[in-house]
Amino acid sequence: MSAVLNAQSAIHSGNRLYRSRKQLNFVLLAVSSLALAFGLFWLVWILGTLLYEGGTALARATLYYQMTPPPGADGGLANAIVGSLLMVGAGTLIGTPVGILAGTYLAEYGHRGWLAGATRFLNDVLLSAPSIVMGLFVYSVYVAKVGHFSGWAGAIALALLVIPVVVRTTDDMLKLVPNTLREATMALGCPAWKMVISVTYRAARTGILTGILLAIARISGETAPLLFTALNNQFWSSNMNAPMANLPVVIFQFAMSPYEDWHRLAWGGAALITLAVLVLNILARALFRKSD
Amino acid sequence: MKLKSALVSLLAGVSFAGAVHAVDITGAGATFPYPIYAKWADAYKKATGNGMNYQSIGSGGGIKQITAKTVDFGASDAPMKGEDLEKNGLVQFPAIMGGVVPVYNLKGVKSGDIKLTGALLADIYLGKVKVWNDPAIAKLNPGVALPNQAISAVNRSDGSGTTFLFTNYLSKVSADWKSTIGEGTAVKWPTGVGGKGNEGVANYVARIDGSIGYVEYAYAKQNKLSYAQMFNKDGQVVAPSDNSFKAAAAGADWNSVPGMGVVLTEQPGKASWPITGASFILIHKVQEKPENAKEVLKFFEWSFKNGATMADELDYVPMPDPVVKQIQSVWKSQIKDASGKAVY
Amino acid sequence: MDLVDTSIRPETLNNSQAPRRLRSAPWADKAFEWLTRVFAFLVFSLLLAILASLLVGSQASIEKFGLSFIWTAEWDPVKEKFGALVPIYGTVVTSLIAMLIGVPVSFGIAIFLTELSPAWLKRPLGTAIELLAAIPSIIYGMWGLFVFAPLFQTYLQPAMISTLGSVPFFGALFAGPPIGIGMFAAGLILSIMVIPFITAVMRDVFEIVPPMLKESAYGLGATTWEVVWRVVLPYTKVGVIGGIMLGLGRALGETMAVTFVIGNAHRLAVSLNAPGNSIASALANEFTEAVGDLYFSALIELGLILFLITTIVLGLSKLLLMQLARGEGTRT
Repeated sequence: MSAVLNAQSAIHSGNRLYRSRKQLNFVLLAVSSLALAFGLFWLVWILGTLLYEGGTALARATLYYQMTPPPGADGGLANAIVGSLLMVGAGTLIGTPVGILAGTYLAEYGHRGWLAGATRFLNDVLLSAPSIVMGLFVYSVYVAKVGHFSGWAGAIALALLVIPVVVRTTDDMLKLVPNTLREATMALGCPAWKMVISVTYRAARTGILTGILLAIARISGETAPLLFTALNNQFWSSNMNAPMANLPVVIFQFAMSPYEDWHRLAWGGAALITLAVLVLNILARALFRKSD
Repeated sequence: MKLKSALVSLLAGVSFAGAVHAVDITGAGATFPYPIYAKWADAYKKATGNGMNYQSIGSGGGIKQITAKTVDFGASDAPMKGEDLEKNGLVQFPAIMGGVVPVYNLKGVKSGDIKLTGALLADIYLGKVKVWNDPAIAKLNPGVALPNQAISAVNRSDGSGTTFLFTNYLSKVSADWKSTIGEGTAVKWPTGVGGKGNEGVANYVARIDGSIGYVEYAYAKQNKLSYAQMFNKDGQVVAPSDNSFKAAAAGADWNSVPGMGVVLTEQPGKASWPITGASFILIHKVQEKPENAKEVLKFFEWSFKNGATMADELDYVPMPDPVVKQIQSVWKSQIKDASGKAVY
Repeated sequence: MDLVDTSIRPETLNNSQAPRRLRSAPWADKAFEWLTRVFAFLVFSLLLAILASLLVGSQASIEKFGLSFIWTAEWDPVKEKFGALVPIYGTVVTSLIAMLIGVPVSFGIAIFLTELSPAWLKRPLGTAIELLAAIPSIIYGMWGLFVFAPLFQTYLQPAMISTLGSVPFFGALFAGPPIGIGMFAAGLILSIMVIPFITAVMRDVFEIVPPMLKESAYGLGATTWEVVWRVVLPYTKVGVIGGIMLGLGRALGETMAVTFVIGNAHRLAVSLNAPGNSIASALANEFTEAVGDLYFSALIELGLILFLITTIVLGLSKLLLMQLARGEGTRT
């Protein structure tokens, strides 16, 4: 107590060292607040531009049921929206089981042997690996072998991005399940596989689902892996064995073009993707928070 | 879990909803003819219900994808050499003609105000002429208020037939260009910015003050870019238009080169636009998927017959009737299915 | 954990006969374990498979150019001479610019979030920054080309060129005509992109500092800044570096945000305002259109180089973060 009192009196007496420390503190904390303002400034600017440029495009119904137009004609993004939904859906359906099973191994059986540790490490590297390399990989092992660009190739490339996210969250979430729960189940004579499926999965359900949602959010906006796999399609196609339109590549093509109509559609598509991704993220967060 | 199952059923619903199955064909390649192919494809789909999906990925890509058989046909503005056609088992035919025009973005200078010679254009792209008020430009353009502004020369970052025509032309008119850079679908640019596709170049020219670029005429016109007039082989100043492109194409002898691969740059004639060229279609001689090949040929047959007015609207030059006849006889005699039966 | 529970477990598993009878299929346990093991192995081998496929694809180029590929600046599709120096240079320079801007800003935001922010503001602010990380990179690229580059060209760049450009020695870095797009613009957009990644990691590692340590420092009369600089930062040093490396890994491999604004020119330029090329944007632009096996192979080798660089950076980042996690709890 007396030390505090001394410090108090030191302030009053105008200790120079203390004052300069205070000033430095004030300046640097002000700078850190400015950094936050700087970060938020871009967020507001980018989202503002998106809403301003994409809002009118989003409000037009033609965006959702007309096909991507040739230059200089009116149209929508229906084929690209459907293509994106199909590929993201297929990619998620392929990637999720793989991710969950691999993650299960890491969390439930991983304490013995070298495989779990090594996989966990490599998986974390894959998590942030450049997505364009995934496109290269799928091009060389699938597109070049099969002989044509296709929706499946795009879906596989996206699945490769889903896997690390799901592996990581499954691993983390299963590890959060208390061991007592496992032991109680085992004590009832339940086999281990049944224990994993009906007890630990159930306990970690929301966490894993959050991971899947985040993975979907991540792949919905990915462009680079689709450039060499799904290519693009001017028309409606639900044939996953043929080149397929998808929002990100259409946005890339349209935004890089000089046509005003295409720019408008590109902004519309960009706003659509961003909204979808943000909604998925917020949903995942809300879901996870509810489970706490 | 409810959410996931809802998502799955949504996806399943979508994928069955649109199961209209016609034979859809895929082509890829040159961006130069993309506006007209896209327009033809749109009209063809409305008329017949069959889709032709053309992706403008660049002539280099077109050649690569057709040799890798990832597409049903490839498109290129740079004609393939006879021996390469033989080697890869490909048939080549021209489908449309058009012109490459220099475009610029200069505040206060109107479209058509700037006149250029081929040699000067080469010097700009070589980085020898660096500013707009360079004496070499001023001499050709008396009375034009040229700003003291740096020139940003925009080129193609991808493999491109437009680049081939442009560099082929520059090689013909500038010895310097020929010896240091040469011609090709992609070359080693000594200066400037690279845009992807004709679209990308047009976009950069529209956005960068003081830039110059080269694009297919339809891109320049549709995007209201300022274009330059050129001195042609006869020393006349010509403006780009379908008439000046036609004039350049008039004297072409399509049989002179194997695969009809004629390059129409720097053609004689008073009204000839110097950077004119045809865009070519590449298709395999022996067809593993004859039904797709048939659709491709049907598409072009339809387009040659009905697409001329659409071509005129976009300032392309349609292939004249005698040439179309010649092309169709090539189809008959050269494109076969695996058993050796003619596809067309 | 319940002590009674753990002591009971071995007996239940070993001595009791009842569970054995209940098991309908004794092989199921092994089968399930093997199933998960196979998939884990699949994930494990994915990275190696990518590496192998890239190595096979780039064989022609590796044989032809050897190691000199890395330091050759030539990129000439006509004469089929390829070198990776320009894209490597562009990748490294844009990422460095991104780090120079992004790291201090992220540090500031993380400090604000952990030390300064009132409790009610922490969550919404943290979420906002994390949402910035969720925006697809193509949006950054598009925004960069349409909104940022024109403003940059008319206002910021001329000022930069006329002031910094005339400084001796350093001036060359900023010289050149203002065209809006180029390596500096790409680096700037990248910095906006990596800020959320680095911030999130920094905030997380700052939060693991035991409150007792901080409170002791405050109790001795330290200012907030002194606590951050003398206590929090030394304690979390390794994690902070890990976070920076994570951001760097992201920046190196970013494709779309860069492709729109870097200018796609295969030329070695000193000036940051000049257009350049990065490995990822060269791939995005040229991969589907490369003619000739050698050109194609050279592009795949570019991909290989990118993959190796990012794997090393990300691997290091992971190792550092693991080291921090291991140290956590032992030093309290």
